[in-house]
Amino acid sequence: MSWQIITQSLPIFLKAFELTLWLSAVGIICSIIVGILCSLVQYFKVPVLHQIITAYVELARNTPLLIQLFFLYYAFPVIGLKMSAQVCGIIGLVFLGGAYMAEGFTGGFAGVNSSQIDDGKALGMNNLQLARYVVFPQGFALSMPALTANVIFLIKETSIFSVIAIPELTNTALDLIGMYYRSNEYLLVLVIAYAIILIPVILLLNYLERKVRYGTFGD
Amino acid sequence: MTKEVLRVEHLNKFYGDWQALHDISFTLHQGEVLTLLGPSGSGKSTLIRCLNGLEDFKSGAIYFKGQKVETNSKNWQELRQKIGMVFQSYDLFPNFTVLENILLAPVKVQKRPEEEVKTEALRLLKRVGLEKYVNSYPRELSGGQKQRIAIVRALAMHPEIMLFDEVTASLDPEMVRGVLQIVTDLSQVDHMTMIIVTHEMNFARQIADQVLFLENGKILENTPGEEFFKHPKTNRARGFLTSMDF
Repeated sequence: MSWQIITQSLPIFLKAFELTLWLSAVGIICSIIVGILCSLVQYFKVPVLHQIITAYVELARNTPLLIQLFFLYYAFPVIGLKMSAQVCGIIGLVFLGGAYMAEGFTGGFAGVNSSQIDDGKALGMNNLQLARYVVFPQGFALSMPALTANVIFLIKETSIFSVIAIPELTNTALDLIGMYYRSNEYLLVLVIAYAIILIPVILLLNYLERKVRYGTFGD
Repeated sequence: MTKEVLRVEHLNKFYGDWQALHDISFTLHQGEVLTLLGPSGSGKSTLIRCLNGLEDFKSGAIYFKGQKVETNSKNWQELRQKIGMVFQSYDLFPNFTVLENILLAPVKVQKRPEEEVKTEALRLLKRVGLEKYVNSYPRELSGGQKQRIAIVRALAMHPEIMLFDEVTASLDPEMVRGVLQIVTDLSQVDHMTMIIVTHEMNFARQIADQVLFLENGKILENTPGEEFFKHPKTNRARGFLTSMDF
């Protein structure tokens, strides 16, 4: 184990670290938005859209991200749709993440007590108002554990971007190992880099989970 | 003759093949209190839920102030603003304070000015003796307090009819009186038109202008209140009253 090798590689890793962070952040935020929209459609069983989204969720959850990325990066250009590797990566991550988030939120929304829905309806609310004031705030709190799991999962899934040549952390480590044959050092840096991203994320999400847990609003 | 507010004609309701309500018909006039009595599973709650569209029904019709109710969701949304309902579950929205719970529907659904509704909310809270909890969250309140606020929340919509579905059934015995007192006041002071499902026989006897006695989804008796308790017509109702009279 050589410290010199590690310190020399740090500037390269720092760039990769920033890229992983950025791709994860964009991917996760978009996944959450897609997930919320899809789950509201599922919750209110909006005709036609409901079936389309069910098909999407099943397709996205039952195919590996690896294959999805291959399609986006290698197969789509054949039909004239050429995108940069990073755009493909984000689209792939959101395609997968949106489906997982949708399932998580759908579960949370389903957990909202039916008596709460009766209350909202009896007060004359339409579906949009029900969603905004009743289903969403309570269901979101209930889906926090699923959200946490999905965020962690998606951050780790960015490592698969290495197959379409995005210079994120895993790809960078593999490249360096290939060039210099110092797997111990580079893998150690790689693991630590992921830990630096994931540990604060987990702590933050656990804190939020406690904060919004059902019934403790307003603390 | 007072004005007719609600009329139900030949209402039939099914859950799958099972018929929950059989040919229900009755009329409710302005200021009247109709009490639905009967054993558990007799269809009282199902019936009261049909009256503001929380349950649909297969055939029959509901008339609100003489107008036949079109049973589509848009129309029910409009109508529910005039037909307030309070449930057994005494649920308030846990993510809002007491005041926010009360303001939500009048301000967001009815688009009334917030200041005006707020003044009214405070007046109503004072009336039920809970004005000091105006900024509390539901979890800080007891079941009875929550139920009183749920009543205030429904009243703030200015309903023309109030539906009460076993509003004291899950409360601590000590909390029951306070809630029933508010309902009684609503009838005696405000002359509110009400439909009440209850198992509190003394309360029903005091407040009911008219009693519907249901069993297995059928109306066995439709009798003026006092008369029902003094001289029930059917053996079933007599047996029911005796069993409740402990």
